[in-house]
Amino acid sequence: MIIDIVTGVLLLVGALFFLAGTLGLLRFPDVYTRLHALTKADNVGLGLIVIALMLQADSWFVVGKLLLIWILILLAGSGVAHLVASTAQKRGLKPWKK
Amino acid sequence: MEEIDLLLLFDAVLGFTLVWLAWQTLSSLDLFRAVVLFIAFGLLMALAWVRLDAPDVALAEATIGAGLTGALLLSALAQLSARQKHESETSLFLRLTLGVLMFFLLIGLGYIVFSLPPQALGLSVEVAKNIELSAVANPVTAVLINYRSYDTLLELGVLLLALLAVWSLGSASTRKSAFVNPVLDLLTRILVPVFILVSGYLLWVGAFAPGGAFQAGAVLAAAGVLLFLNDWHLESKYTGFALRSVLVIGLVMFIAIGFGFVFLDRVFLEYPPELAGGFILLIEAAASLSIGIILAALFLGRDPSVKSDSCSDIDTGVHK
Amino acid sequence: MTPVFLYALVGIVLFSIGLYGLILYKHLLRKILAINIMGSGVFLVMVALAARTEEGVPDAVPHAMVITGIVVAVSATALALALMLRVNEKTGQAVLPEDRET
Repeated sequence: MIIDIVTGVLLLVGALFFLAGTLGLLRFPDVYTRLHALTKADNVGLGLIVIALMLQADSWFVVGKLLLIWILILLAGSGVAHLVASTAQKRGLKPWKK
Repeated sequence: MEEIDLLLLFDAVLGFTLVWLAWQTLSSLDLFRAVVLFIAFGLLMALAWVRLDAPDVALAEATIGAGLTGALLLSALAQLSARQKHESETSLFLRLTLGVLMFFLLIGLGYIVFSLPPQALGLSVEVAKNIELSAVANPVTAVLINYRSYDTLLELGVLLLALLAVWSLGSASTRKSAFVNPVLDLLTRILVPVFILVSGYLLWVGAFAPGGAFQAGAVLAAAGVLLFLNDWHLESKYTGFALRSVLVIGLVMFIAIGFGFVFLDRVFLEYPPELAGGFILLIEAAASLSIGIILAALFLGRDPSVKSDSCSDIDTGVHK
Repeated sequence: MTPVFLYALVGIVLFSIGLYGLILYKHLLRKILAINIMGSGVFLVMVALAARTEEGVPDAVPHAMVITGIVVAVSATALALALMLRVNEKTGQAVLPEDRET
């Protein structure tokens, strides 16, 4: 019972992080700030959701698989964010100044 | 009662988002935006498959439908010149007539679909009845490799044909060998072994859980795409016979096993129930290898054994 | 309206939108996107209709056919893109000759 409540709370907070990241994607002025908001918020949000699912898992094998999923998305997300930012920089997109 | 309505609300939101994304994909002025929205559309389709109790289809859609198709589209888009990425104006009359015609088509199709009975067993009873004989526990794998194995065999043939056709067109332009980002390089070095392991896992688990040869092959193809993005090239001593034998091994293994049992007094593609498990795994392994290499080669777009530093090879007589 | 028929309806709408886009737009890449969307619509209808079984285990045959369809669609897309790039190389634009405005 307690586990279900904790799972629900963690899922909600994770979803809120995703919402925050998406809000940053829509409202921030240039590529670099958007990438920053998106990657950070999405990684934390995903981590919380993965922990919530781990609490509901049937076996340690499933826990391991969920952990692997989180690590892989962390790797891929950060790598892709770096690639987008460096390509934007090479194309000459200047960071937004006030 | 509350719970069911919430899920239906989710389905409605998902369905509406799918339609909206499809509309935006087609009508957006910038082609890059269209392709990116199409990839998002593919990922949401994967969610729709999960809601419809089709996890194998969801895996295939996410890897092949969204991932690989997106990579192919972006790669092709990069080779189009920049000036023509905006669509010209079309007449309002044409759009109205088409809209009306499509509306009638929609009504007609809607009538056909909604007049179908709300509950129908289809072939699920027959599939479940014979699942013991088919030596795999996952019904979709049983249908793919056992009940409807002929379709899968022909599908491998279609893949090979598409690759031959793409190769026969010659290379449009070789990708410029730019400086490879070290982060991409590191990411590839870490991820490609993981992809190969995951592919093997998906192949093995496809016998009793969602997974199977196509999903495993698609993950291998993703590893191949990642390697090609790093300007990796197959060494020239492998691009001849070795490459071609890996490309055809899926189809060849399928046909060989299918015909092999004919000599033991069985019909084409009939497996003996005791040995079916092992042979299905063998066919699936060869098939996933082939599928992975073929899809990755489709992404590369040109025959690796053909050296082309000038323009395409087909019409040198006319072009030069 | 059950989820099954909701998704079937979405599939039909996607098919119609795809066909509309296929006929209307001239750029070949848009046509290829439109064909893929039509394909997704058809697959959605098939899998939705397969989920109509009572016990909760859906009919596996349409699932297998849709997986086959997805793979065939990607190979057709790859070939279509290669052809589009050839047309673009030869004529400078990615539109068919009858659609080109000179």
